[in-house]
Amino acid sequence: MPETRTISFGEAVNAALRRSLEERPEVLLYGEDVGVPGGVFGVTKGLHKQFGDRVFDTPISESAILGSAIGAAMFGRRPVVEIMWSDFFLVALDQVVNQAANVRYVSEGRLTAPLTIRTQQGAVPGSCAQHSQSLEAFFLHTPGIRVCMPSTAQDAYDLLLAAVDCDDPVVVIENRALYHAGKTEVEVGGPVAPIGGARPRRTGDAATVVSWGTLSSQAVVAADSLASEGHEVEVLETPWLDPFPWDDVTASVARTGRLVVAHEANHTGGFGAEILARVAESGITLRAIPQRVAVPDMRLPAAPELARAVLPDAAGIADAIRRVVS
Amino acid sequence: MTETDRMLRDLRDIWRIRLLEEKVRDLRASGEIVGSVHLCIGQEAGPVGACDALRPTDALFVTYRGHGWAVARGVPVVGILAELLGRASGVNGGRGGSAYFSAPEYGFHGENSIVGAGAPLAVGAALAGRYDGTDRAAVCVFGDGAMNQGAVHESMNFAAAFDLPVVFVCENNGYSELTPIRDMVRHDVLAERARVYGLLGERIDGDDPAVVRERVADAVESAREGGGPVLLELMTARLVGHYIGDAEQYRAPGELERLAEVEPAARLGRALREAGVPDADIDAARADAAAEIDAAEAEALAATPADVETVRSHVHA
Repeated sequence: MPETRTISFGEAVNAALRRSLEERPEVLLYGEDVGVPGGVFGVTKGLHKQFGDRVFDTPISESAILGSAIGAAMFGRRPVVEIMWSDFFLVALDQVVNQAANVRYVSEGRLTAPLTIRTQQGAVPGSCAQHSQSLEAFFLHTPGIRVCMPSTAQDAYDLLLAAVDCDDPVVVIENRALYHAGKTEVEVGGPVAPIGGARPRRTGDAATVVSWGTLSSQAVVAADSLASEGHEVEVLETPWLDPFPWDDVTASVARTGRLVVAHEANHTGGFGAEILARVAESGITLRAIPQRVAVPDMRLPAAPELARAVLPDAAGIADAIRRVVS
Repeated sequence: MTETDRMLRDLRDIWRIRLLEEKVRDLRASGEIVGSVHLCIGQEAGPVGACDALRPTDALFVTYRGHGWAVARGVPVVGILAELLGRASGVNGGRGGSAYFSAPEYGFHGENSIVGAGAPLAVGAALAGRYDGTDRAAVCVFGDGAMNQGAVHESMNFAAAFDLPVVFVCENNGYSELTPIRDMVRHDVLAERARVYGLLGERIDGDDPAVVRERVADAVESAREGGGPVLLELMTARLVGHYIGDAEQYRAPGELERLAEVEPAARLGRALREAGVPDADIDAARADAAAEIDAAEAEALAATPADVETVRSHVHA
């Protein structure tokens, strides 16, 4: 029965995992330290105790974790595996790009790989260059893989369930800054939504701001400050990046004629570039030069004061909005 | 089945693979088949012996040099040729090609064009068996070169840590693509690496199908019964290049002539003659295989090309 709970983002992930394990006997949950320790961020706490050997710890072997999940999925399991930091994907990207993404297409659907890969990413104060990257574009450049990036506790719950339900390989990118950042009301136990869809976080006609991940909330803050300057801005959060809600974005931009995209990934080759390109291709006549808010093309420093100088924030997004509305 | 009957059947199966590979080579030369092709001529005894030891429900993941494994697993030759020819009736409708096709309905879970990348998949197939009530074993085949790939080592350890029924089959043909394996390792008995991961490891004669059959059967049975994964190093030789077009400058003078004397079909033919089997029966093993391959070629060549209308299907569920 659906019920409303006041829980954190991390607890919402835990609730979705628990429900998946309860409702789908073919679900397995494994990865580095996700079993007995309950995850380095405590997100999988209690699940090994409740579900026994369906929830287990693995060697620090990302290729074996991902590849075995693909193999198990080809044989009827529905594994949910964890890559502790998205940066760690890079030692095993072959299993995502060359293996998981190809299984269904090359076999004409005779073999499939319905697995969910949870990870978390993003910069927080003090995190080093190998623990702070935003790598969603890598997966978005890989047809066959679905990708989402929830930023609210409700979406953390809903999107993970949708991912587990999906018959494609899905990469769910969470954010450790959000896991324990406060509790909100989350409706749990309702019907599982299909993958995809946009989240309008604010409405307005002055400009369209598209964002995902932790910057979504910053985009709303920026839009609020623009409202105080007399510009009502639309903020579209797009927690599903594949499939991407192209129609929602182009409909909004067609109405506002002004576009800002904000992401915590690097500028060049970031998904913001694709959004600007698609809007250009759609033939919409923009009334201002579109803006991208992103990390400049550089490495990320550990010292918080250095990182702050290059990480996008609400002020940076507000400046970008001012450039399009002025 | 008598011993000589089994030897004759093995010889016929070796010829089925060899003659298919020779046909593929010809079709590649004539331009009917295009792209990268890796033949297993000389390595046929491994698949013939090993697949005989597997159950239909077992998993089998192999490499881009996988045509022989597919044949030995029971994938129809016409479906393989049609696949290589880009025909709609190919086992993957032309999407896999020579180096990356699968046919799960025959227990053939696919080639892999990334060296060593099939090992984690096989581990997963075995892992699934732990939960689905089957006692599926998974066999993962790779070459000596893959023994230097991280994914293979991760897989051996992962399978060992969880006692998973995986049999790792390393076909050691002496060359990591174009480079002698002995130059790429300090200690070239690769099977001995098993011990450090807690696996059983054994180097065996990979050119004798009877030896391979027996050792793979033992390994699969032991793994299935909870004895943990096994690594078998099948000593063999490839009589052709790494790929069609390989100049094979790495070969020692006289190497191919020497290998021709000890390749599996020659060896098995001699053994059958020594066992008193008439030449006519030995020749028939090849002739039967040739007839099958010729018929498959004709059927595959006559088949409809892959349907361009369907090229975008199955990217997603």
